[in-house]
Order: sequence, then structure tokens, then C-alpha cells
Amino acid sequence: ALVFGPRIAWATATDDAIAEFTGGADVAEATGLTLTAPEIAENGNTVPIEVDAPGAESIIVLASGNPNPDVGTFAFGPLAASQMASTRIRLAGTQDVVAVAKMADGTFQRASQEVKVTIGGCGG
Amino acid sequence: MAENVTPRVRVPSKASAGEEITIKTLISHPMESGQRKDKEGNIIPRSIIHRFVTTFNGETVIDVTMEPAISTNPYFEFVAKVPESGTFEFTWFDDDGSEYTESKDVTVG
Repeated sequence: ALVFGPRIAWATATDDAIAEFTGGADVAEATGLTLTAPEIAENGNTVPIEVDAPGAESIIVLASGNPNPDVGTFAFGPLAASQMASTRIRLAGTQDVVAVAKMADGTFQRASQEVKVTIGGCGG
Repeated sequence: MAENVTPRVRVPSKASAGEEITIKTLISHPMESGQRKDKEGNIIPRSIIHRFVTTFNGETVIDVTMEPAISTNPYFEFVAKVPESGTFEFTWFDDDGSEYTESKDVTVG
């Protein structure tokens, strides 16, 4: 999405990133997308997350409270046995982690999970 | 070029045809986010791996776009289908233009 002027709230930047991923299409609450993240992360430098959306083409992950909400996008090819992936991410502080999946039929689904962060993973 | 970048990949060496196998990858890399400052208060420039691709016999398994919020020493775990004997190719793309590669053979039978 195009952004004019300074970003006032991080939540807005997250919405922009989602709109860029979906092309502005509607996003439903998740029925076939699972985002797994810890409720409490002591160290924001390395927080394990997992996304799983059977049949999805791709899944974007966003950290709504980071200076830049973009985390990564997983695109699955024909030899992905299931549309799941796990990795480790940085979280600047307590915030919602958001995943949006593009499903096989072209629709979009969204899941989010709040992660309480004891020691932030940005700056220093 | 980031120093001491070492890819590590865990893939079973044997599988049965069509089996789903779990792959774990780790690559040592600082993933400098571009958000940190040095002692003088200057921003340390971003220097990350921004893409990671896995293929098997030339067909894509997973293609990951990575941002600075991916942790130091990026780790990925995912599941691949193995239709026949062949080779997994893993490629990491660095901001500085470097490409780091690793390959693993899998025998079906």
C-alpha cells in the first residue's frame, strides 16, 4: 500500500502491510490458519513462532508493535508436504503477532496472538 | 560479506516414495536489523539475509521473504514431499549480493 506522510501508529503500518499482501481483499478470521506463538517470551530477540494453513499458497507474518511490522512471507511450492513453517523472530516489546494466509481459493484469513515480551529484541 | 556464514541443514538421507520429511535449517548470520545504534549513536546499517529458497530436483518446496525481524542465525523448519530420489538445494540470499548454498541428497527406496 502507498503510505503518505509519517506513520502515526504502528497498527496502521500493519494494516498497510496486510493490504499490500491481500491487494485490498477482505480478510476473514482464521478457520484454516493456525499461528502458534508463546504467551510470554522472556527474550524478544528470539521468539519461536509457527504458522500452519493447509492448502495455503502463502502466509505473511507481521509484528504489529515493531518499528517495521514486516517479519517474513512464506510461499509454498508444489513440493511442500504441508503449508507449515516455523522460525524465530524479534519482538521489540509486548504486542500482537499477526499472520495472514492466502488460501488455495484466493481468499484470505487472519490469525493473531499476543506475546508478552520481558526483554525487547530491538535497539541496543 | 558477513563473516563465518555457515549453513547447516538436517535432512534424512533415505525416504520412501512420497514420504513427508521434516527439514530443519540454520545459518549463522548476524542479521543486522538497521535499527541498532553504535556507541557514538550512529545507526548500524541493515545487513541481513533477505530470502531463503529450498528446491528438490528443481521444484520449489518453500520460498521465504525475510525482513530484519527474523532473528540472528535464521532458523527454519518445514515439511517437504519426496517423490523420487534426488537432491535438495538450499539457497540463502544476502543483502550484500552473496549467496550461500547447501545441498543434500535423498535416496528413495
